[in-house]
Amino acid sequence: MSKSLRILVPVKRVIDYAIKPRVNKAGTGVEKTGVKFSMNPFDDIAVEEAVRIKETHKKMVETIHAVSIGPAKAQDILRTALAKGADTCTLIDAKEKELEPLAVAKILKQVVAKQNANLVILGKQSIDDDCNNTGQMLAGLLNWPQATNAAKVEVDASSMIVRVTREIDGGEETVSAPLPLVISTDLRLNQPRYATLPNLMKAKKKPMEKLSLSDFADVPTDPRLEVLKVEEPATRSAGIKVASVDELIEKLKANKAI
Amino acid sequence: MLRFSIQRSARAVFRAGASSGALLPRSFAPSLTSAMRIPNSLQYSTKLPPKLTSESYPNIERLASFKKLAADDMTFFRSILSESEILLATEDEDLALFNEDWMRKYKGQSKVVLRPKKVEQVAQILKYCNEQKLAVVPQGGNTGLVGGSVPVFDEIVLSLTQLNKIREFDPVSGILKCDAGVILENADSFLAQHGYVFPLDLGAKGSCHVGGVVATNAGGLRLLRYGSLHGTVLGLEVVLPNGEILNSMNALRKDNTGYDLKQLFIGSEGTIGVITGVSILTPPRPKAINVSFLGVDSYEAVQKVFVQAKQELSEILSAFEFMDLNSQNLARKHLKDVPHPLEDEYPFYILIETSGSNKEHDDTKLEAFLEKAMEDGTVLDGVVAQDETELRNLWEWRESIPESSQAGGGVYKYDVSLPLKDLYSLVEAANEKLNEQGLLSETDAAKPVISAVGYGHVGDGNLHLNVAVREYTKDVEKALEPFVYEFISSKNGSISAEHGLGFQKRNYIGYSKNDQEIKMIKQLKSLYDPNAILNPYKYV
Repeated sequence: MSKSLRILVPVKRVIDYAIKPRVNKAGTGVEKTGVKFSMNPFDDIAVEEAVRIKETHKKMVETIHAVSIGPAKAQDILRTALAKGADTCTLIDAKEKELEPLAVAKILKQVVAKQNANLVILGKQSIDDDCNNTGQMLAGLLNWPQATNAAKVEVDASSMIVRVTREIDGGEETVSAPLPLVISTDLRLNQPRYATLPNLMKAKKKPMEKLSLSDFADVPTDPRLEVLKVEEPATRSAGIKVASVDELIEKLKANKAI
Repeated sequence: MLRFSIQRSARAVFRAGASSGALLPRSFAPSLTSAMRIPNSLQYSTKLPPKLTSESYPNIERLASFKKLAADDMTFFRSILSESEILLATEDEDLALFNEDWMRKYKGQSKVVLRPKKVEQVAQILKYCNEQKLAVVPQGGNTGLVGGSVPVFDEIVLSLTQLNKIREFDPVSGILKCDAGVILENADSFLAQHGYVFPLDLGAKGSCHVGGVVATNAGGLRLLRYGSLHGTVLGLEVVLPNGEILNSMNALRKDNTGYDLKQLFIGSEGTIGVITGVSILTPPRPKAINVSFLGVDSYEAVQKVFVQAKQELSEILSAFEFMDLNSQNLARKHLKDVPHPLEDEYPFYILIETSGSNKEHDDTKLEAFLEKAMEDGTVLDGVVAQDETELRNLWEWRESIPESSQAGGGVYKYDVSLPLKDLYSLVEAANEKLNEQGLLSETDAAKPVISAVGYGHVGDGNLHLNVAVREYTKDVEKALEPFVYEFISSKNGSISAEHGLGFQKRNYIGYSKNDQEIKMIKQLKSLYDPNAILNPYKYV
C-alpha cells in the first residue's frame, strides 16, 4: 500500500451558527433571504484537521480536496476552505435543491473514486438539518471503516493506521483502523484557524472544478421525506419570584413538582 | 454527553458552548463580554475595595452649604416614592453598587438611592432637593470612567434605572423615543427588530443607559460612521434643578428656531439638569459586516492604511481601530488559552470593519483594498473573519483591552484627542516618563506599573492611553498628572475625547478650554443650578 494520503473534505454552506434562524411566513422552512451563510462549523473543524495532518506529515499528504454540494454561492465557503489550507476543490452546483444525506453520500462516493481519496474527513452533522447521517452512509456505501465523532485523530506514518479518540458517556473511547477510512468530526477536535490575507490571495489562484447535479445523473436526488410544516418552538413562559422557602415549597406542591 | 449532543440540535450545542464558554473553546467572546457587562464591584471581588474618595483626596472638603440628609427628608421621599423606589444604606449594605465606580477607584458615602419610575417624581425630587440644598448625583448605568457618576461625599444618588421604557418608534423616519434609563443594548435589540441600529456602540453597552451616554456625550466604536450624539440626538426631556421640565422630545430633524437648548445637556454630565427622555435618529441596520485584523510595523503604517482605507472603502468603512503590541500582550495574558489572530508579533495592529447593504459589493471592495495594502508592503499580515464567530472573536481582541488593563490590579485611563500625526507620541512619552522614574516593569511585582498601552479610534483622532497598574499609588498619579495633560495641551489636543471630565479631570479643563469658554460654562451652571446641588465637586 502506498504511503500517501489523499484527503477529501466535504463542506456544507449553512446559515451562520451565530444567527438565529426564523421560520418563513409560509411555515414551509427557514427564512433564507438576507441571512448570513457560512461554512458548517463541524466542517470548518474537518478542514482544520486535514490541514493539521498535512502540517504534521508533510511528505505523506499528497493533497487535500474540498467538495461542496449546494448553490453557486457555496463557492464562498470553498474559497474559505482553500484559504485555510485545502489544495483543490469541487463545486457541485445543486441550485436551490436540498439533498438528503443518502443522495449526498452517493454523490460523495463518486467524488471519492474520482479523486482517488483514501481518507474522508467531514463534520459529524450539519447544523441546519442535524441529520448526522452522511458520514456513516458514505462509509457504508464505500464499505470502508468509519470513526465517528472524532475528538482526536492520530495518523501513524509507518503503519498508516489511524487512531481516533471519541468522547462517550463517562469517558473516552479509542478506535483504530487502517486506510481507507471515513472520519466525522466532533466539537472539541480542534480550534479552526483564521484565513490569513496571503492565503486568501493564494486561494483565488487555486483550482475550482465546477460540476452540476446532471454530472451525477445516476444518483436519485429527489427528497424521500416530505416536510409537512415548520414552526418555532413554543416560547417558555416567564418564571415567578417567591418571597420565602415556605412559599417555594407551596408552589412546587401546587404544581405537583414535589 | 454523547446522547445529549445528538438529541439537541447542533446549533443549540454550539450556542450552549457560546454562552457558557466551557463547551466550545473558540467561543470565548460571549463569556468575556458578559463579564465586561457587570459594572459593579462583584466582578473584581478579589481586589481591595477602593478607599473613600474623601480619604484619597483629603484636600477636597464637603461643602458646608449642603444640608445633611435628615429624617424629614426621608418622610418627604417616602411620600412621593414607593418602597421599591428607595434604597437605604444599612449596617450590612453600604450601597457599594451605587457608591463605587466601575474602575473601583472612587467611593462615595451616600446613604440613600432614589430610583423613581416617573418623570414627575424626578421633578418633585429635584425641586425638593434644590429648596433644601441637598446635593444630588444623577446616575445611569454607572459605567463612567472618570468618577462622574458616583457621589464624592454624602450626595443623594438619583438612579434612572427604573425609568426604562421605550416610548415610541417610527419605522419610517427611524426616530426612537425612549426613557433615559433604557439600557443601550436593549435599545439596540429593540431597533434590530425593525431593521435599525443605535448610532452608538461601546463596550459597556450591556449596562450603560441611553440617558447616560447622552449626558456624557459618549463616542464609542461607531462615531466614524454615524457621527456624534450632537448630531443624532433630535430632542431631550430634561428635569432642571428647580423642578421644571424642559421637553423637546417632539423636535424635528430640521428646526432652525431659537437656541438649540438640547445641545447644552449633551455632555453636561448631570451638572445642569437630569436627562429623563431621549429622542434620537437611528440609521438602518447594515446587512453585511466584514472584519479584518491586520499587523503593521509602525505608527506611520497605521496612518497610511487609514488613508488607503478611507479612499478605497469610503462609505462602507465603519470602524478603524488601532492597538499597540503592549495592549495585545495584556489582552493575551488576560484571554489566556485563546490564540491570537496573527501568528507573529507586530508593533501595531489594526481592526477594520466595513458595513453595508450588499455583501458581494463589500467583499469585492475589501478584498481589493487588502490585496493592494498587502502587495505594497504596508500591511505585513492579516486575517479576515469568515463567519460571525470569527468576526466577534476578532472584535474581542480590541474590546477586551480595557478589561485586560484593569485585570492586574487597576488602571489609569486617559482618553484624549490629538492630531493624528501626534496620536501615538503620547504613549511613547508616557512610557519614557514611567521608565525614567523606575515605576514600570512587566515582571517585577514590586513596581507599581505593569504596562502603559495605547489603542483607539484612529478614525476620530481618539487615543486611549491605559496605564495598567498593580495598585493605585500617588507616585504613579504624580508621574502622570499633570504631565499627560501638559503634553496634550502642547500638541493642541483635548484631555477628554469621550469619557468626560467627571471627578478625575475636574481640575484640568483649562488644558482644553480657554478662560472665556470656562467663564461661560460657569455662568450657565450658576444660572440653571444656582445652589450647585447637581453633581457637585466635579466637571468645573
